[in-house]
Amino acid sequence: MTNSRKTVRGFLFLACLLLAGNLLADAAKTYRIGLTAVILTDQTSFLKEWQDYLSDRLQHPVQFVQRQTYQEVTELLLSGDLDAAWTCGYPYVRHRDQLKLLGVPLFNGAPLYRSYLIVPATDTSTREIGDLKRKVFAYSDPDSNSGFLYPQVSLIGEGIDPRHFFSKSFFTWAHRDVVKAVADGVAQGGSVDGYVWETLSRHEPALTAGTRVVSKSPLFGFPPLVVRKDFLPEHFYALRNALLHMSSDSEGRRLLQRLNLDGFSEGEDALFNGVAASVRILDGIE
Amino acid sequence: MKIGDISYRLKVPLMFTLVILITASVVTLALTWRAYEELREEVFNNAVEIGSVLSNSLPNTMRHDDLWGAYRLVQAAEGWSGETSSRLLVVLDRDGRIYVSNSPKELAVTTPLRVHGAELARVEAEVLRLTGNLNPRPYEYPNDRRLYVILPMLSDGVAIGTLVIGYDRALFWPRFADIVERVVLSALLVTVLLLPLGWYLGNRMVKPLGHLARCMSKVGRGSSEEIVCDLRQGKDEIGQLGISFQQMLRELDEKERLESGMLASERLAAVGRLAAGVAHEINNPLGGMLNALNTFRRYSETDELGRETFDLIERGLQQIRETVSALLVEANPRSHSLSPKDINDVRMLLLADVSRKQISLVWHNRLNAEIALPSTPIRQVLINLSLNAVQASPDGGAVHCSVDSQQGLLRICVINDGPTISRERLLSLFEPFSENATGNGLGLWVTYQLVHQLEGNIEVKSRDGKTQFAVELPIKEPQ
Repeated sequence: MTNSRKTVRGFLFLACLLLAGNLLADAAKTYRIGLTAVILTDQTSFLKEWQDYLSDRLQHPVQFVQRQTYQEVTELLLSGDLDAAWTCGYPYVRHRDQLKLLGVPLFNGAPLYRSYLIVPATDTSTREIGDLKRKVFAYSDPDSNSGFLYPQVSLIGEGIDPRHFFSKSFFTWAHRDVVKAVADGVAQGGSVDGYVWETLSRHEPALTAGTRVVSKSPLFGFPPLVVRKDFLPEHFYALRNALLHMSSDSEGRRLLQRLNLDGFSEGEDALFNGVAASVRILDGIE
Repeated sequence: MKIGDISYRLKVPLMFTLVILITASVVTLALTWRAYEELREEVFNNAVEIGSVLSNSLPNTMRHDDLWGAYRLVQAAEGWSGETSSRLLVVLDRDGRIYVSNSPKELAVTTPLRVHGAELARVEAEVLRLTGNLNPRPYEYPNDRRLYVILPMLSDGVAIGTLVIGYDRALFWPRFADIVERVVLSALLVTVLLLPLGWYLGNRMVKPLGHLARCMSKVGRGSSEEIVCDLRQGKDEIGQLGISFQQMLRELDEKERLESGMLASERLAAVGRLAAGVAHEINNPLGGMLNALNTFRRYSETDELGRETFDLIERGLQQIRETVSALLVEANPRSHSLSPKDINDVRMLLLADVSRKQISLVWHNRLNAEIALPSTPIRQVLINLSLNAVQASPDGGAVHCSVDSQQGLLRICVINDGPTISRERLLSLFEPFSENATGNGLGLWVTYQLVHQLEGNIEVKSRDGKTQFAVELPIKEPQ
């Protein structure tokens, strides 16, 4: 009798523990991180691995959330549905008052990248964007620096109104699709994230072989991971540390290699001054 | 070499082959045409299917001017059946400009369709011609590379663009080739199976013809009786040919027989007229000479030499008179009517010779009453013929005599089994003093003359060791 009571008591205790653990776990933070097409988001298996890696490091679940456009991700971030987002420098600059940098990826050793102007490989005559008058042009996303802002601004810089320069322009909503649109000949020119183009040239050389890089932009701050300014500091630091330390363990390095990145840095706001300047030029014309 | 020179043994199998080839060609044409129709229908259905799949999303992308979205839809639709290279998908805006296509390198975005060659210019014209028509419709033009299906893209019942799907005609070739291959193989198989049959049928058809040809080549070169041509007789064409050929042979035979009979009787008539004329011319002076001689012997005195001389002359003149009178055959109509007894008398006359030669004589006297014909010439005829028969028969042979009266005719038939009389001899058998005759050669002449004077006819057949004399005499009703 006594024994059985002890057993029952033991069970109850165990059940309480489990319940408490569950409650604690529920109460614990799930990190929801938005991803945009600044990276090759169609690598589902990779994203799962990275998600598991981060969950493991943070001892908290991490969930990647993907949306087609930058704008959707930005809105989700600003509305509090997301804790962090890997977005472009352009939305960051636009919403700099509400956002702060979580980390800036290091590409080729620096938190910098360029925008590439690409044309089909068969086009050997185009030397600059000005040569693409009355052509069909592919942008990636209206909130992309490399895929929209920079080519617009560079046309404005040449005194051209980008709204009437091309015979037609369209958005592919992904850098990779800009490359495909140009390689397939749907567009006769396109503007693409240099990092994505370089990464694609390693993953899908046949696709980039269909394009020719006409010109590369000056360096801009690499599309950063950002959080809202009101994001809790303990979460902010936990998340940032997890990112920053990726390059210091083998699994992290392996994942970074898949991303074609060297690591993450804390980053500085000044990195995005170039983007901010572009935004001012574009706003000036509108 | 003309077609007419080729043997039917070859022609029939060749015709079989030709018929098979023509049938195979017609079947190929029909099947190919059907396959083409089916493919066209299939293509149209496929296009309509694609159109219906895209009918929501594609107009949406066009309305939002989402070129990339449209391109991805078109690309997805292209891969529908896996044959990416054979299908062309073009989305046209309302002005006939290319909104997007699945091969943007050739059909660049925003260019008008008409700048891409005459074929696509016709397609654009067709699209623009029927802008009000909101139903999918096929379009094809002879010798174009593709078949097209034009599908208006509707948004709330309004066409905001057109999807044109082009199917490469080369896609059809493997199917056509497959059909042709199957039909050719079947035709070959059938040909191989039917050629021996054709050969057999050709042979079967040609065999009687060849036989007939060989028989025909013999006609006219010898007696038609010698031509033995056992052609199959029947109701089909070749059988009828056999019957006709046999009939022709018989008629030729008959004609020949009639001709030779006529010749013979003409000759006999001429000989008869000549003999009669000569006999009359001889008889008159001969009678005078005999009378004169008789008178002279009765009323004159002559010596022994004279008497002998006159006797000699008289005997010679008498012989001339007998010979001449033998030539001048005359049926004496004044004799009494023929009775069965007259016939039996003749038999009695024969018996001596018959028993001497141990001949079996079959005698059928079927007369049972008197007949209105003179007995003397008929007895003469019967004696001549039956005596000849007995003489011609070898020792121990057989002679057959029959006398019969039927349907106003008296028939006398005498048959012996003596040697066959040759054809040549038969022609001059009844002529007097003929070279081949035995005896004085007047027996058959007399018989012939008597029969003719009684307006009858006599026929002789000698074949296969049997010689038959047949006499037919018309019986005149007593008036």
